[in-house]
Amino acid sequence: MENNTQKNILVITILVTIFSIYNLSIYTSNKKGKVIQLSENAIQGEVLWQNNNCWSCHQLYGLGGYLGPDLTNIYSTQNKGPLYIKSFLNSGIKAMPKFNFSEQEKEALVSFLQQVDSTGFYPNTNAIIKPNGWVDIKYKNEK
Amino acid sequence: MKNKTPILFITAALSALLLGMFFGLFASLQYIFPDFLKEIIPFTKMRPFHTTTVISWIILAATGSIYFFITEVEKIAFRFPKLPKIHFIIFMFTGVGIYLSYIFDKMEGREYLAYTPILTIPILIGWVLFGINYFKTIRKKVKNWPVYYWMWGTGIVFMIYHLCEAHLWLIPSFRETFIKDITVQWKSYGSFVGSWNMLVYGIAIYLMSKVKNNINVARGKTTFFFYFLGLTNLMFGWAHHTYIIPTQIWIRYLAYGVSMTEWVVLFHIIYTWKKSLSPKIIEDNRVVYQFLVAADFWVFLNIILALLFSIPAINFFTHGTHITVAHSMGTTIGINTSILLAAMFFIVSKLKNEAFMFRKLKITYYAYNGFLLLFLCTLLYAGVIRGNWMYFTKDIPFSEMQNSLYYTYIAFFIFGIGLVWSILKIAIVLLKPLIKLFFNTSIKISE
Repeated sequence: MENNTQKNILVITILVTIFSIYNLSIYTSNKKGKVIQLSENAIQGEVLWQNNNCWSCHQLYGLGGYLGPDLTNIYSTQNKGPLYIKSFLNSGIKAMPKFNFSEQEKEALVSFLQQVDSTGFYPNTNAIIKPNGWVDIKYKNEK
Repeated sequence: MKNKTPILFITAALSALLLGMFFGLFASLQYIFPDFLKEIIPFTKMRPFHTTTVISWIILAATGSIYFFITEVEKIAFRFPKLPKIHFIIFMFTGVGIYLSYIFDKMEGREYLAYTPILTIPILIGWVLFGINYFKTIRKKVKNWPVYYWMWGTGIVFMIYHLCEAHLWLIPSFRETFIKDITVQWKSYGSFVGSWNMLVYGIAIYLMSKVKNNINVARGKTTFFFYFLGLTNLMFGWAHHTYIIPTQIWIRYLAYGVSMTEWVVLFHIIYTWKKSLSPKIIEDNRVVYQFLVAADFWVFLNIILALLFSIPAINFFTHGTHITVAHSMGTTIGINTSILLAAMFFIVSKLKNEAFMFRKLKITYYAYNGFLLLFLCTLLYAGVIRGNWMYFTKDIPFSEMQNSLYYTYIAFFIFGIGLVWSILKIAIVLLKPLIKLFFNTSIKISE
């Protein structure tokens, strides 16, 4: 094997080793603060969120589509909350498809959004922007 | 030309490009007329159709180009010559399966990979077969690999890894912990794009070395330095997607340090290459050259955008707005598509034994770049309005902000039509000879 090839393989091996340790720590890590485990009902809600492609139009933590609003903190927003969410689900308003969720499914979706809400803030309006370009975001349930 | 599988890949890729753009147009119509055909083609369906099909364009075009370069330009016979055809058949059947899964509402997956997760298995099999054939062939037959062989090899391996990683949510312990789950999901998407970039940028460097007729373009120390920097980015530079997620601070710090140097990598390579080209070389490969120059231009614009929002203080305001979409459209259309179109022109001119005349394509070429620029400007503007609404206004409902963007969305749609029109014209120029050549039994590839 040529010298260059050996050197390249060595660099890749080092990178892959660091990458493996890095991945392992992410896969086994938990967020800063109290870890929120989704309940069975919330997981059911997440399944509905996924199967109905809610992410096509809505976002969680700013990740998803742009046709509808971000729903990270919809559960705790003043004048919104569980009843507001339920009333929207089957409304078919504007571009929103007319869903036919049962009461149990609506409960599951609300439960999912409630538990997402408890994990953090988005938009993180109380974050502190530092002069060096860093942003200290505000965590919920900090230890 | 005995094996026509690369032609099949490229023809399928160009068809996916055209189809994907039309899906995109229909989807964008719903920003203007929210009720438009929403019962028949709701946005929740059109978006997965659009994203899956345009991703297929990049994957199929890159794979077909690599098969073509190895077998027809480098004249290296694959260790398993039948595998490329099997690879193609697997991908085509899976593609049909994905469309059926969307049509019949079997969308149990997540954003970008919305199809039922079982269909990931044949996709993975296709990549593994490609990888086995690639490494078994190149390891034995090429000494002192130029950088593009390393890039294609790492691209294939990481594609397999990140496709698996994107499905870790199927494991209950991931799914139950929402923050870890969403972090890993977006980690995998970032690196997934990094993996196909390895394939596409490898193609760019390959084309440069061929146009210049000098393999040193792909063997220099600087080129390898940038390759490793790109690989580091692929592994660790994804986290700018998740700056705002309350995950561990060290992940966000690391991302701040590493992210987005990837653009500098390609920009440097193309810039140094372009400077050293003689006018004669440019004239012989004018169309290929022009599309690589276009990629260079879009790299430059995206560097500015990417560097800006790799700074957390700026990312804070741009995240979750159309500015992110402008960046991803700029890279997938401006950079990836320009490089892949350059590859298509290179391949078809080899097949035809005749160079394309740039003057015949000049208007379309400038229209393509011009409409793309306008298209991205409307997205940037919409992003500024949304960012402003999120952080600097109070009590204004989402619908009011969205209504204020009505004319911006109309402009976005019109520029989108312009973009589709120009790409359609370019694709027809390529597809016509490709279809003719496919039925021609004795194609001789020009040296």
